[in-house]
Formats: sequence, C-alpha cells, structure tokens
Amino acid sequence: MEQIEFNYPAKRKVLKRAHVGVVGSGDLEVLLEPAEGEVAHVFIRTSVDGFRDTWKAVLDRFFANYDGAARIQINDAGATPGSVQLRLEQAVEVSER
Amino acid sequence: MSNKGYNANFINRQSFIELDARERATALFDAGTSRELLGPFDRVESPWLPMQGVTPQADDGCVVMKGKITGQAAVVVALEGAFQGGSMGEVSGEKMTAALDLACADNEKGIPTSAVILLETGGVRLQEANLGLAAIAELMASILALRKHAPVICLTAGTVGCFGGMSLAAGLASYVVMTREARLGMNGPEVIEQENGVEEFDSSDRALVWAIHGGEQRYATGLADALIDDDTSQIADAIRRFVSMGVPPVHRSSQVALYRNRIEALDSSRQWDPKEFRALWATNGSNEEKR
Repeated sequence: MEQIEFNYPAKRKVLKRAHVGVVGSGDLEVLLEPAEGEVAHVFIRTSVDGFRDTWKAVLDRFFANYDGAARIQINDAGATPGSVQLRLEQAVEVSER
Repeated sequence: MSNKGYNANFINRQSFIELDARERATALFDAGTSRELLGPFDRVESPWLPMQGVTPQADDGCVVMKGKITGQAAVVVALEGAFQGGSMGEVSGEKMTAALDLACADNEKGIPTSAVILLETGGVRLQEANLGLAAIAELMASILALRKHAPVICLTAGTVGCFGGMSLAAGLASYVVMTREARLGMNGPEVIEQENGVEEFDSSDRALVWAIHGGEQRYATGLADALIDDDTSQIADAIRRFVSMGVPPVHRSSQVALYRNRIEALDSSRQWDPKEFRALWATNGSNEEKR
C-alpha cells in the first residue's frame, strides 16, 4: 500500500460532504468534505504501488474543472484512471446535489 | 407495447443484489426514518489492514442504521460483500455486536426493537485472525441475548453468500431470508475442494454448488424461512412480515433433538442427491419437535 498526497488551489467553499464507492477490486472509495482556506487537499491510499505520476495526471485533469475547497480522501483497491475520474465526478455531484 | 416474450415484472424490478450495503440497509426501513450510526466520516476503520499493506475502508465494510420498520424501532446492520469479501474484522464485528447490544438494551427498557443483519460474508477476516474469531463469538452471544426480546432477522441476498463462522450467526437468527442467488454454508465450496479434493466437491460446478448451498435448497430443507426473488420491494415486504411476526415460538437452533436425530438417521456411507435430501428435511421441524 502506498500513501500519496497532493494539494490544489481552490476558490469556493464546499457546503456538503459526500461519500461514494467501495474499496472493492478495481474500485475505490471517495470521501469528500469541506476544508478550511483556499486549498483542496487530496490524501490517497492505494493498494497498487508506483503510480504516483498517473494519480497526478488524473487529479490535474480533475482539478482543471473543480475549484472546491475540499478535503478528499481516496481509499483505492486498484481502480483504473477512468474509474477514479468517474468516482471523483460522482462525489462532486453528490456534494452539490 | 406488448408484454410478449419477456416478463414485465422481472424487467421492471429493482434488483436488491445490485445495491451496495448502505443502499440495501436504507431500502428496508420505512421511507425517511433511517439514519446511519458510525458512518464512513467517523473513520472507525481497521487498524490492522494498513499494517499488512491492505487499503482499509472508512466504515470497515459494515453499515449500521437505526430507524423504523412497520412503525417499530429497528436496527439494520449490513456487511459490504465487495470489501474484503464482507469479512468480519475487529471493527466490523464490534459495530455489529454493539448495535445488537444497544437494541437489546432498548428492549429491556420497554422499547421493542428488532434487528436485521445483512450477511454477505466469507466469515472471519484472515488478516485479523483471532480478533475476527472473537468478534463472531461475541456477535453470537449478542444474537442469543437479543432474540429473546425481539426477532433477529438474517437476510442473505447474494452474491457473496454467507459462510464460515458467520453461517453459525445466521443459524442463530430468528428467521433466515434468502434469494435463489444467495448461498449459505459453513465451509464454502472452494474450501471443501481444497481440503478433500475435487472428487469430494467440484467448486467449479456451479449447478452442484447451488444445489447444495443455494437459497432454494436451504429453503426447501427448512434451513431458511423465506425464499424471495431478487426484488427490493419484495425483500422489504418479507422483512416487514418477519418483524411483525415477532419472536418465533421455537428457534431453529433450539431444536437440538430434532436435528441430532435427523443427522444420526443420515447414512453417510453413500452419496446423497440434493433432491433426495429435500424429501428427508422438508420442514424446519418446529411442528415435528413439538409433537
């Protein structure tokens, strides 16, 4: 298991927390909560070591469209980048519903 | 549009099996009455999994919800089969046990509170070894304490099924509800094949596995009390029915003489066919024992 952290700039407050997904094979769990200040903090625990660059690429793309000040925890059981992207978008959808 | 060629009820049904643990638990309550206790944001997760390089889940794969079923207080505890095979660790076991103990305390205070346990589990979580075993022992004690006051209903919908020590917990339940897709048994097919060889049990033979462990067979041999289609509203109806029935006059696991006699009467020197077996164990025997 590898732990990876990233920070991204944020512009607006997140009002509601959201929990989606499950730590099942090829899937992941996302916990999205409001954070203080103008920063989004991502904390990842993944069962597959050595993919830091791939995580960064996925998150760079996600944060190109998302500016919420969120604390995002990801518990990953080997999800593909596509699945990660979809779960993150789902978490945002739930938190803004 | 014509209904010819397909069963409209089947097409329009909302599958229960396709729901995750949280959605399953919510679906059983009277609408809008449920709330989650110790949810994922409380982050009470397994301390043992990260030490072994396994990613934990924020709710340890155990969802506890309190609310009302048919207007009466109820607690629902659902295991998430997709996380570590729904296995029982220290945290998930303690969550389930504590929920049942609180329900028991409420009953003792005069607030009737039923419990529904949704078991999709391979049993003890091997990474947590003795702690998982202890958790299941404590859970069984809690089921025995609670079932004197209120029904403890076990629902195994599939597709993981319920195996290992947790099948014993299921055996203590007041009522067992299954679907055709679900399986229930002490030793899973792979375990039997691994220990006794493929001649004993071919775990790749799905027809054989379901003929022995499947919900239809468990119901036909009196080891389950209801066989329900994989349909959320039908399953919720069945749970409401059993909550309303209350504590059964005789629990299955109290019928020691009946099951001892039945097992002694079985000739284990020959291979039994699952269908033949049904004829012998056609009922759960509550009438037989009382006679």
